[in-house]
Amino acid sequence: MTAANPGTNFDSLLFRRKAVNIVMLSLTGFCTLIAAGTLVYILGYLFIHGASSLSWNFFTKLPTPVGETGGGMANAIVGSAKLLLLATMVGVPIGFLGGVYLAEFGGNKFAFIVRYVTDLLNGVPSIVIGIFAYTLIVLPQRHFSALAGGLALGVMMIPIAIRSTEEFLRSVPLSLREGSMALGASKAKSIWTVVIPAAKNGIMTGIMLNVARVAGETAPLLFTSFSNRYWSEGLSQPTAALPVMIFTYAIAPYEDWHQQAWAAGFVLLTLVLAINVIARFILSRNKHIAR
Amino acid sequence: MAAPPTVTAAGPREITPGPASSFWTRMRGGDEFAYAITFASACAVLAITALLVLELYMNSGPSRAKFGWNFLFTQTWDPVADQYGALPFIYGTLVTSAVALIFGVPLGVGAAIFLAELAPPKISDGLTFLIELLAAVPSVIYGLLGIFVLVPILKQLEPAIRAVFGWTHLFTGPFYGVSLFSAGIVLSVMIVPFIISISREVIMAVPSDQREAALALGATKWESTWDIVVPFAFKGIMGSVFLALARSLGETMAVTMVVGNDPKIKASLFAPGYSIAAVIANEFTEATGQMYTSALIELALVLFALTVVINGMARVLVAAGDRGVKK
Repeated sequence: MTAANPGTNFDSLLFRRKAVNIVMLSLTGFCTLIAAGTLVYILGYLFIHGASSLSWNFFTKLPTPVGETGGGMANAIVGSAKLLLLATMVGVPIGFLGGVYLAEFGGNKFAFIVRYVTDLLNGVPSIVIGIFAYTLIVLPQRHFSALAGGLALGVMMIPIAIRSTEEFLRSVPLSLREGSMALGASKAKSIWTVVIPAAKNGIMTGIMLNVARVAGETAPLLFTSFSNRYWSEGLSQPTAALPVMIFTYAIAPYEDWHQQAWAAGFVLLTLVLAINVIARFILSRNKHIAR
Repeated sequence: MAAPPTVTAAGPREITPGPASSFWTRMRGGDEFAYAITFASACAVLAITALLVLELYMNSGPSRAKFGWNFLFTQTWDPVADQYGALPFIYGTLVTSAVALIFGVPLGVGAAIFLAELAPPKISDGLTFLIELLAAVPSVIYGLLGIFVLVPILKQLEPAIRAVFGWTHLFTGPFYGVSLFSAGIVLSVMIVPFIISISREVIMAVPSDQREAALALGATKWESTWDIVVPFAFKGIMGSVFLALARSLGETMAVTMVVGNDPKIKASLFAPGYSIAAVIANEFTEATGQMYTSALIELALVLFALTVVINGMARVLVAAGDRGVKK
């Protein structure tokens, strides 16, 4: 009988270990469920509230004065497009060429420093980038402008443009470069006509994702492009943007404005997520071809 | 034999130009030109970052000169009397981020363990794709949902939270819905995707013989995961936590919309507070007077320094984690 005691102890220990196993593993599944459920909830909520507040006027009309219902955010949609175009013109050339440098001419100490600083710039909070553009453009010119907003977003695009360009160029096999140079092409020629075309899809997708990321940025625009209830002409006037409109409309005390904020949020989120899904689809298809 | 010329080095320059070839004829060859223009772009990144630091430093000059280091340790924020102290904002930033980590880290690491260790690859990839989309949702939309969805829910849950966590004395005083706690919850939802996607990769990179050895010795699945795999991937997981922390420290819009915007230090999570990024977002355009503006820019400098340090630690940890896995 005494010999049975260690046996039962062993059994109860085993039982406890198995119970812990099942409980903890289910908990991890539960965590996943919460995380994935959040996305479904956010999408569902925005879809229901946003789509019901959305009307054709939203895309075609200017915001109405306080107190009047109706109106839309046509100026903010055009303003966002303008700011994103400016940002792309600032961020993509520097980012792309910098990425070419790191992938094709890098490998030395200077390239290490550039990579390090790029990561550092990527970690800078967006509101700090906003202050940077403010001190650089708004302060000397003494007025808010689309140019300042575009610069702020452009600076935000640089780090990701560099790293994604470098990554996709590096994924081009060395043999392609060697083949091209063995045929007598100069290094510049083989980069331009062989390596970059091979990585073109990836680089373009990287740029798309980058634009989608800054399209939702609000903080750097608050004191650079500011906002505008009317159309803004040229680059030197305050310019409305969708994310900033969502912010001002959401914290305003009018129920009608809240509906407009939901509609704007719905449009913005649909755009951003659509670009993300398309980009990931292109990337995953590319991987299959490369293998 | 000398080392063979490699294509990754700085261009094949073994053709030494004769005395006749000037700078410009070499440029026309293309290689030098390509090198110059890409090198200039790489330099531009360094220049922009240096300019960023310089602008923040120069423009915060008046405030730094007047308040010195006391700026970081005083509580008064009074634009009328031109007295500025950053402590309430530093406190709010740290508290909201701490709340975010308390909720976000267990959730994120738990989900990462499930996705890396338990879920079949196809389901894991699909769910990871969904969760990574969460990272792409603009922060202003999290703020929108925070105001109109989370705050009403928290108001309903208020008695329950007080009943369960009352013993901590962290949930005292009136609750208006907007508070440090609400901001922390929104932040935790925002950082979970980052923790999951990095931690999952790190855990998946742990060599499978580690797991097999544990299982062969009779460990349960959970024991092999928790006692063997997670310690192996610990540095990488910590790296993901630090990246998430850096993000939540600098997060502006979502916090601004639900934190309550009250520059006071109160020992309750239910009290409205303020964060560095939020005060800049709210007051910068209205800041009149040089001292007010420069105090806000000094806040930006503080935030910049804070995130640079945290990001640096994250990179070191992730890199150290990668090296550990490769061995």
